[in-house]
This record gives sequence, C-alpha cells and structure tokens, in this order.
Amino acid sequence: MDTLIPSTSVDSRDSTTVYEQLTSRGVSRRDFLKFCGWMSACMGLGSEGVAQVAQALETKKRIPVVWLHFQECTCCSESFLRSSHPIVADILLDKISLDYTETLLAASGHQAESVLHQTITKYKGEYLLCVEGSVPTAAEGVYCCIGGRSATDIIQEVAAGAKAIIAWGNCACSGCVQAAKPNPTSATPISKIITGKPIVHVQGCPPIAEVMAGVLVHLLTFDRIPQLDALGRPKAFYSRRVHDTCYRRPNYDAGLFVESFDDENARKGYCLYKMGCRGPTTYNSCGTIRWNGGVSFPIQSGHGCIGCSESSFWDNGPFYERLGSFPGFGIETTADKIGLVVGAATVVGAAGHAVLTNVRKHHEIGEQPGESAANGPSTSAGGSSNQGGTES
Amino acid sequence: MNTHAPSAASSAYQRIYVWELPVRFYHWLNALCILVLTATGFLIANPPAINTASEASFSYWFGLNRFIHFAAAYVFVFNFAFRIYWGFVGNKYANWKNFLPLRWAQAKEVASVLRVDILQSSNKPLVAAGHNALAYLTYFVMFLVFVFQVASGFAMYANMSNAWFPQLFTWMLPIFGGDAGLRQWHHLATWFFIIFTIIHVYLVFYHDYVEGHGVLSSMAGGWKFLPKKQPAGEGKSLFSGAPVTTKPAGASPRSPS
Repeated sequence: MDTLIPSTSVDSRDSTTVYEQLTSRGVSRRDFLKFCGWMSACMGLGSEGVAQVAQALETKKRIPVVWLHFQECTCCSESFLRSSHPIVADILLDKISLDYTETLLAASGHQAESVLHQTITKYKGEYLLCVEGSVPTAAEGVYCCIGGRSATDIIQEVAAGAKAIIAWGNCACSGCVQAAKPNPTSATPISKIITGKPIVHVQGCPPIAEVMAGVLVHLLTFDRIPQLDALGRPKAFYSRRVHDTCYRRPNYDAGLFVESFDDENARKGYCLYKMGCRGPTTYNSCGTIRWNGGVSFPIQSGHGCIGCSESSFWDNGPFYERLGSFPGFGIETTADKIGLVVGAATVVGAAGHAVLTNVRKHHEIGEQPGESAANGPSTSAGGSSNQGGTES
Repeated sequence: MNTHAPSAASSAYQRIYVWELPVRFYHWLNALCILVLTATGFLIANPPAINTASEASFSYWFGLNRFIHFAAAYVFVFNFAFRIYWGFVGNKYANWKNFLPLRWAQAKEVASVLRVDILQSSNKPLVAAGHNALAYLTYFVMFLVFVFQVASGFAMYANMSNAWFPQLFTWMLPIFGGDAGLRQWHHLATWFFIIFTIIHVYLVFYHDYVEGHGVLSSMAGGWKFLPKKQPAGEGKSLFSGAPVTTKPAGASPRSPS
C-alpha cells in the first residue's frame, strides 16, 4: 500500500515498467510469462499475442489510473481483488498506477483529495478513469457526495482530462439496482453523463475478475480501446451469450427442460430455460472463464442466470419466469396476458359487430332491387339484359 | 314483379381484375409465414415438456423449431421486400400511394368507412375496387409492425449469425435495453398479428356478406364483382382507367326497357 502514498510514489512509478515491478516483488519470469499467456487467451488473442502482451508489460510505463466510487457496493473491486490469480490483484494494486481510489487509499481527507487533484493536473489527457457506480442526478446530486462535492461534479471534472473511461460493473454501465424502477435518485450510467470520451463498458454485477484484468491488460498492451459491441462492451468477453457457451446447451436444443427446481430433470442437469434462466439474453463470459478461478458459474450450480450483465436486469423480472412482466401494466402482467385480454375483447367486439350488422344492414344484405336473381324465372329476359352489361 | 326497372340498370355488375397474381402470392405466402412464425415463436417462448428422461444427443426438436422460425423469418422478409417493390410496379390497387391517406379524398373515405362499416351510423353504399382507404391505412400500420418484428427479430438473431443482414439491426438492442427488453416487445408484437388476423378475417366475411362483391374469393382468383355504375363522388378515383372486362365479351349494350 506504500505506493498509494502521494508524491514519492508518483515519481518512482514514472520510471518503472510492469515487469520491473513484478520481478522486484519476487515473481519469476516463468510465472510472468504464464500470466501473459493466460491473459492473451482470455482476450482471445492468438499465440503471437502472448509475445505482444509480454513485451508491452516489459517495456511500457504504467498507466496512471483514477478509480472513482459512486453509487455502488464495491463488489467490482472485491471481485477483482479476490481473483484466484495473484497477478490479477497485483495489477490493481501495483501494476497500474492507482493514484486515487477511495476504497484502497491510505490517505484520507484533504490529503486524499489533493492526490486526485495532483493526478488529474499532472497527467492531463493521459490518465485512465475507472468508474464504479452510477451517478444520481436527482435533487442536484445530493444522494452521492464525496468530500462535500456531488458525484456529478466530480465525474465531470475528472472525466474532462481522462484519456479513456472504463465503466466497471452494471452500476456504471446501466445503473443496476439503484436505477431499477422507480429509480428515486435518478441513478444515471456514466455514458449518459459523459460524452466525447471513449467509454468501455465492463458489464456484470460484478464483472468477472479475469475480464476486468483482461481489459486493463489490453489497454496496456495495445494502447487503445478494445473492439466494442453495440453496447460498448469489449467483444472479447461479451460477444457471446451465456447460453451459447453453456455446457447445458445440448439439452436446450433437444427440448429437455427443468420444469421445477426439485424435479428429476433438475437432477439430470437439463436446461434451466423454463426456470427463467437469462442465459439466452445475456452476454458474458461466465460459461467459458467461469468464476472463482474457473471453479463454477451459476448454471453449473443449478440456478439460472439472472442476467446481471444486461441493463435493467432487475426490471426484467421475475427472475424465475421465462416471460418477464410488462412495464406499465403492474406486477406479473406478461405480454401473453395483455395479448389474451385484447384478443378476447376483439373476438367479443367482432361478434357484437356481426349481430349489429344483421340489424343495421338488414336491407343491404342479400338480394338487392334490380339484381337479376330477384327478378325470378318469369322475367328472364330482363335478367339476361343485366348480364349483358347494360349501360346507362 | 320487376318493380325496380330504373335501378336494375345501375346494379349491373362487372368483373374487375383487382389482385394480380404476385399480390395474391404475396398474401398467401405472408399468411403462411405469419402462421409458422407465430406457432414456432410461442413454442420458443414456452416450450412444452414433450420429451423428458432422454439423452440430449438423440433429440434436436427445439433446435429444429428455432431453425424453422429463423428460416421463415427470412422468407417473410424477402416476401415483404417483394411487396414493397410491387407497390411501385404493380397495378393501381397495389400502388404504394394508396396506403397513406394523404389526399383529401382518401381521408374522407376513411371517415365514411368508419361511419358506414364500423359504427354503422350510415347505410350509404361504399364501393371500393381495391381496399377501402381505412383498410389501406391499417395495412400501412401493419407494415410498420412488420418492420419492427423484422428489425427486433434479426437484432436478437445477429449474434448467432455471421451473415451481414442480421447485423444491420443491432442498433435496436441499446434502444430496448438489450436482448431481454427487445424480446419482450417482440413477443408482444406477435399478439398484434393474432388480433389483426381476427379482425381481418371477420371483416372479409363482413364485406362479402353485406356487399356481395366477392371479396372473399378475390384473394384466390383476383376478380371482384362490382356495380357497373360509378358511385357519385368516390367512383372516379376508384374506377377511372380500370381494366374493365365484361362477360360475355361479345354482348352488345342493350336497353332494359
């Protein structure tokens, strides 16, 4: 933690590379290369990527980083710190120049705030801004204040000089639980407050530690933003649905579903689709990287995915129903219930209209005056003249 | 017996070729696609437990069901694209200009269809060779729902495909809050088709029953039977230039009296 103390640390960090820092802490070259290989595999790089990652970590100066915490539970930081791989936590604590973060900062009060100010002035346009948590905009931002300033003020000031922004977790990406209806504090994701800066959305509640590390290593290695999808998430980790990488997927295609959590199908490990599993609509790496060092992930332990890396996943509930409730129609009103009611009303309306038609259009229905059939067989001459196409 | 001699002349009928073969083909292929998409769509939303206690490797019915849904979606899209094309090259009843009541005569017709057929506060006979203006407008709304269903469906499908076409719609996802939110709306829009079909089939029967112009069979053969005399006001826009074919062709005009 000594590196987090101001002034001395800032200067020493300028001249060291990640590799120098690691070896000075007793990490062997072998372990370092293993980490590089593992990281490039996570990022989806080819075998030549290992060398690129290793070279970058050996030669490039560490990036100054400001890590802000707003409306959040710190589970993103926790996820990162509790990664099974020691070097992952080291990246956060040592390898990047974590100049300011409320949670891990040894300094406090004015001293801490001066570090922030120092960093954003000294490294203007160079530092990386990591944000954990959403920003409340209701009541002029009073719901989240640090050092007497609102989160809205802080983010605006710090983001102005940032090279790029990483939005950690669902809070920063889409507001998570505090933005769930009715969102009393107007919790707002970072991308709706800051414009004109590249923002990487590292989704999840929390994101997988290896994914967070992968994004940082990518920025360090290539010095540019990783390829992002339509929602700003790195494609390396969020291009596939949990469903597509799920080991239970063959059961889905075969139509083998768990019908209740205590049935025989659940014991056999069938697909949890009908138990409300959000795997088919959730983009994340849980099925491949998994959690806690690749030990397991929710579906492997018999519970459906709740879609924590998707925006407004709290409002897409209930978690154990396949079809979510529909907004604006009250709890438990699904699209099917709405459709059935409107459909039934339509049938009743059409039936009523049919009855009305027979009453109101009594004279229009059937034979009309002058039509050939009405003339009968005795006036067949008149009938044939009609068929012949009389013109007036 | 024939006490309506003067009006007999006015209710002579002629056959009018309204729905060209491509339009009829589009209609029935579209109906088939919607039927298949709705059925497979509901199965995707809530699959029945039809095979349990078996090994996944021996069965693929749900995967097949999804494949049919996606394949039918492609047919639906190209069929719809064809119909739009036909709105520019087809006959005047298929023309795209009919679908929006931008002209005053069309707007007036919408109002009178509401009065005569829906509210039934008037019995003034309405004769429309193609659709009436309100029906055209309804189909325009339906086309918008088509576009939404296609866009939302392919947006959700995009990540399962390497084809370029589905990738055109990925912009839908952020607007509707990702796959889960979009899936909800896609599901709800399915009900539009069901309700539309109820009303559509009812009104076809209604018009066939009340007016006797052969609306029901017109989507099979393309012909409608319409009174020969042009109704005042509306007749002009609807009949001018219509390919008139009378039967028998050789019959010469005769006076009824």
